[in-house]
Amino acid sequence: MNNLLEVKGASKKFGNFTALNNVSISVPKGSIYGLLGPNGAGKTTLIRIINQITLPDSGSVILDGEALKASHIKDIGYLPEERGLYKSMKVGEQALYLAQLKGLPKSEAKKRLKYWFERLEIGDWWNKKIQELSKGMAQKIQFVVTVLHEPKLLIFDEPFSGFDPINANLIKDEILRLRDNGATVIFSTHRMESVEELCDDIALIHKSNKILDGKILDVKRAYKSNTFEVGINTTNKASLEKELSDTFKTSPANFKTLDEELKLNIQLNKNQSANDLLNYLVSKGEVSHFVELIPSVNDIFIQTVTNNNLQ
Amino acid sequence: MNHLPLIIKREYLSKVKNKSFIVMTILSPLIMIAFITVVAYLTQLNSDAVRVVSVLDESGIVKDIFENSENLTYNKLPEMSIEEAKTLVTESSGYGLLHIKDESSIKLLSKSIKFYSEDAPSLTFINTLERKLEDHLTSLNYEQLDIDIEKIESSKISIDIFQENFEGEASSKVDGYVKLVFGGAAGYLLFMFIIIYGNMIMRSVIEEKTSRIIEVIVSSVKPLQLMLGKIIGTSLAGVTQFAIWIVLGSVLLVVVSVIFDIDLNQLQTPQQAILEQSLDQSELNKKLTEGLQSLFNLPLANLIIAFILFFISGYFLYSSLYAAIGAAVDNETDTQQFMLPIIMPLILAVYIGVFTVIEDPHGTVSTVFSFIPFTSPVVMLMRIPFGVPIWQQLLSLGLLIGTFIFTVWVAAKIYRVGILMYGKKPTYKELIKWIKY
Repeated sequence: MNNLLEVKGASKKFGNFTALNNVSISVPKGSIYGLLGPNGAGKTTLIRIINQITLPDSGSVILDGEALKASHIKDIGYLPEERGLYKSMKVGEQALYLAQLKGLPKSEAKKRLKYWFERLEIGDWWNKKIQELSKGMAQKIQFVVTVLHEPKLLIFDEPFSGFDPINANLIKDEILRLRDNGATVIFSTHRMESVEELCDDIALIHKSNKILDGKILDVKRAYKSNTFEVGINTTNKASLEKELSDTFKTSPANFKTLDEELKLNIQLNKNQSANDLLNYLVSKGEVSHFVELIPSVNDIFIQTVTNNNLQ
Repeated sequence: MNHLPLIIKREYLSKVKNKSFIVMTILSPLIMIAFITVVAYLTQLNSDAVRVVSVLDESGIVKDIFENSENLTYNKLPEMSIEEAKTLVTESSGYGLLHIKDESSIKLLSKSIKFYSEDAPSLTFINTLERKLEDHLTSLNYEQLDIDIEKIESSKISIDIFQENFEGEASSKVDGYVKLVFGGAAGYLLFMFIIIYGNMIMRSVIEEKTSRIIEVIVSSVKPLQLMLGKIIGTSLAGVTQFAIWIVLGSVLLVVVSVIFDIDLNQLQTPQQAILEQSLDQSELNKKLTEGLQSLFNLPLANLIIAFILFFISGYFLYSSLYAAIGAAVDNETDTQQFMLPIIMPLILAVYIGVFTVIEDPHGTVSTVFSFIPFTSPVVMLMRIPFGVPIWQQLLSLGLLIGTFIFTVWVAAKIYRVGILMYGKKPTYKELIKWIKY
């Protein structure tokens, strides 16, 4: 079994509103899976279906080879975007309660909590009430509670919101460590740089439909336009620019350099290779800059969503 | 996985450990007892004061009826003018002056009796005075008209109707009172319980929504379980609070009455005092024994079982609705519009209980409303002491439990959808849509 989680053709309607329309995703075991999409696209509905909070109208969910059932609750750890804790309850008591709801025996939960609290250096919070903690501190507790029962599948919805950069980094490292220890992670966020950094696979959901998915590298390959960012020092910029635009599709580029060279974005067609372009450029002057433009997830996101809106 | 006990435990502990809950639990009986003590103390102060009443009897026919008592002294004035008497009483700061003029006939005399005082005299005092004079003057009148008093006395008839039903069970007016008190207390207790702890459940659901913990919780437990856990946990906290109130209240009452040596029997209204004066001691004792008797005559087993069953089902019926309201809204101010349809039948039930059941416990109105699920817990509890056939009780209970299961189901639906809805307040139409999701 290669995929830990498979959602097949999930649909959900609320009255006349379609929240999710025939969405299928496959999450490979041991990967970090980015679930992307604009606000209101249906990500949360999909996540809630996986968590058995909402039942789909049609479609099925398979977790680790079995159709989703009630006992799977203990195999999933979920950090919702709308999260909070009982304000007037003490940190330790609360964490124990939530761990027990996930099926951990009390003594075991206590042992693991001690470990995690020490690890994140929050041991002295045990007897504090949540209302005495800052938002970031409460988020840390929330993170611990989510991962405490060592679930096979971890679902994080905007896990970094509310954290300062240091703590965000700390949590990021913990997520990676959990993945390395065998957990599979679904990661929903608007922060594309963290998707870029963390995710192996992505799916893009827009207006209740999945419009894109796959390995992040494959997606990038599919979206790259064979465009190179080029800088060249030459005595006659204008004539070279004219010459280049006859052979290639060019547009002005803007990047920071030390010299006043000619800067261009050059897009190749199917018959032209990068080497051809480079050889040509070398013969014309001193090449100071030559980089293939790889689309960022952000670009892909914006491009796909905008195109989709136009249709 | 059954998390119900865990949820109940948390809900219970979080309620019981809550500061305002603890304060309320301890303070309420204290305040009540303090209140009672102050009232009792003041009453006692009042009755401890010795009142000196001067009597100026110009006719000379009523002097000898006034006997001094513990806190009332009659000061019979020698012959003087009324003005002199007034000055005298004012100077000696007596309680008042009773002036009986000399008139030609008792009839005329009875119309001219006056009482002067600095402040308005107490109602009880005037009543006692009036009765004394009445009795005395009436018998004087009899004498003057040459009527044999003994004959009149011996021809007086006192009626006390003995009540018995067709099965031969005797009952009495006192019996009726005892039943009324029993039924009324049970019905009212349920009413209070629903209002206080229903609200508490609602607030705790809203709290989970506003603190945004709800989604974390429902990813671990079924909403229905969470709702039931909340209802049961809060109810147990309520039972605890009630029990503490009763125990603490009675202990305090005893302690306070011993320390301050306050006779709590003095806590009665003037009307009661007058009523008691009209009954002599032996009659009072008879009534008391009768009351005790009728207490034991009540179908106690039936009453207790019915009380428990109707109380629990009635309470669950309403509290599930409270939980649903809590789930449907974001904050407490939005609850008003949904509260009305819950409060209305409750208040209606209490009104029917108080006004109709007392008058006619087995009349059409009482009977019908003791079957309608939303009013039946209160109305039936009030009816049962008067003897309700078992089949009626069972039918009513069956209907109640059926409705209760239905409302829990509906509430769970609203709850399931509502707890994850933030933002605008839903309309009734939307709530119905939620049930269908």
